[in-house]
Amino acid sequence: MDIDNIEKVKQESALLVTPGYLITQDPEFMRGHGTFAEDSAIYSSVSGVVERINKLISVRPFKQRYQGEIGDIIVGRITEVGSKRWKVDVNSRQDAVLLLSSINLPGGIQRRKSESDELQMRTFFSEGDLVFAEVQNYFNDGALSLHTRSIQYGKLRNGTIVKVFPKLVPRSRSHFHSLPCGVDVVMGVNGYIWVSKHVPQSTVEANAEEIYSNKNEKISTQERETIARVCNCITLLDRLFIKITDTSVIYTYEASLGHAAKEILNHDIAADLADQVKARLNDH
Amino acid sequence: MQELLSPEGLRVDGRRPNELRKISCRASVLRSSDGSAYYEQGNTKVLVAVYGPHESRHRSQVQFDRAFINVEFNVAPFSTNERRKRSKNDKRLLEIASAIKQTFEPVVITTLFPRSQIDIYLHLFQHDGGTLETCINAATLALIDAGIPLHDYVCACTAGYIENTPILDLNHTEEASPETPDLTIAILPRTQKIALLQMESKLHVEKVEEIITAAMHGCKFIHKKLDDAVSQVTKELSEKLNQ
Repeated sequence: MDIDNIEKVKQESALLVTPGYLITQDPEFMRGHGTFAEDSAIYSSVSGVVERINKLISVRPFKQRYQGEIGDIIVGRITEVGSKRWKVDVNSRQDAVLLLSSINLPGGIQRRKSESDELQMRTFFSEGDLVFAEVQNYFNDGALSLHTRSIQYGKLRNGTIVKVFPKLVPRSRSHFHSLPCGVDVVMGVNGYIWVSKHVPQSTVEANAEEIYSNKNEKISTQERETIARVCNCITLLDRLFIKITDTSVIYTYEASLGHAAKEILNHDIAADLADQVKARLNDH
Repeated sequence: MQELLSPEGLRVDGRRPNELRKISCRASVLRSSDGSAYYEQGNTKVLVAVYGPHESRHRSQVQFDRAFINVEFNVAPFSTNERRKRSKNDKRLLEIASAIKQTFEPVVITTLFPRSQIDIYLHLFQHDGGTLETCINAATLALIDAGIPLHDYVCACTAGYIENTPILDLNHTEEASPETPDLTIAILPRTQKIALLQMESKLHVEKVEEIITAAMHGCKFIHKKLDDAVSQVTKELSEKLNQ
């Protein structure tokens, strides 16, 4: 099958290729991601679906690590504290970098960073801490540079993380949702999702000094159970390859209320809930 | 001494000389890894998990222009007739791991992932000859499943020589017999280039070409099997994501 036939094929189904598949021998095409050129012919290097934009041919694999784009909202875990920078695991092919100069220092946004800040970097973020950040830039080698220069970004506490398939979290206008069940959810497009106790935005702003605090607030047993239930709902959506949005999480949560939080992932119950959620999503 | 080739021309397990063992394989079997595969060739069974590309775990291994490939090969204590626990530093295991690493280094397009690391963990569950060939085939499947760019599939097959007959895909009994030379070959099916050629026994030079041809024939058959498995998984994933 040649590229000229793609248009025809596309109407029926997408062209799925495997590594080493000859996509075209026509020298007028340019090779994009997921392809390589040999003797002026373009071959696929991954297994996935062929995409063509004018003369650019690329192959998009279905399963791949997270590939960052500028402006993405992500959740990451600090792996290393270096000089003037932190390394952050963001489920990508390299750790991202968070520079000391791209965080809000406690005590006012306008404050200049001083040498003592460099010495007490661990009091802001230390190894294992979770951060909510935005992708600011790329480095030459493809590593991401993050920033947390906004009141909504910063250290995460009062909750737990769920790891999902990155493709299931679509890029959208808002990645921070306060669900009606009293739980805040941060959906990192890198596939890390943070589920935490709801804290009103006004309280966060009032306690600006506490943004780097490591202490959880008091979380009642009932709040803990709701958090656990939302986590299980997200895991369920991940297992069944349903797009994870605030709507789908709320639907799953509502459908799950008839069962105990720990039962949601049992095979039969999960399948039953998934059917209900899919049906509701299709209705809208 | 057991007869390896019966007067009717059949082998110990009833196969004809140019017949492969039954292959069954499946990609995407684990949830926690980036890519995984389970592969059976006759009674040799192996499970592979691929993690990466991710940040290098050791500073000393970082390469500034390409990804580093790390291969670990383990054999389950219950995999052989005699239950035996092997140490992590068993020379035989390290040798196989390094052969696999060398086979994949030129095939994986590592230059796309500078400073990263790709881990390939292989676990042998049942051993019935042809360890290296099964491991290579399984690793190919798992790498493709992880979405790691490759120049081509890598397909491996073994071949030997018994009583003037070239035989394909040796099992443990045939492999263990001292007078059977056995050769492992891995090819890139698209270009027909040889990625690995390994033989540790004596064989007359005139006969080498004959068994290489036989083994390459086997590789092409395996390529078809792997390609089918990949297509199946890709199709399933495409349907799941577009539902």
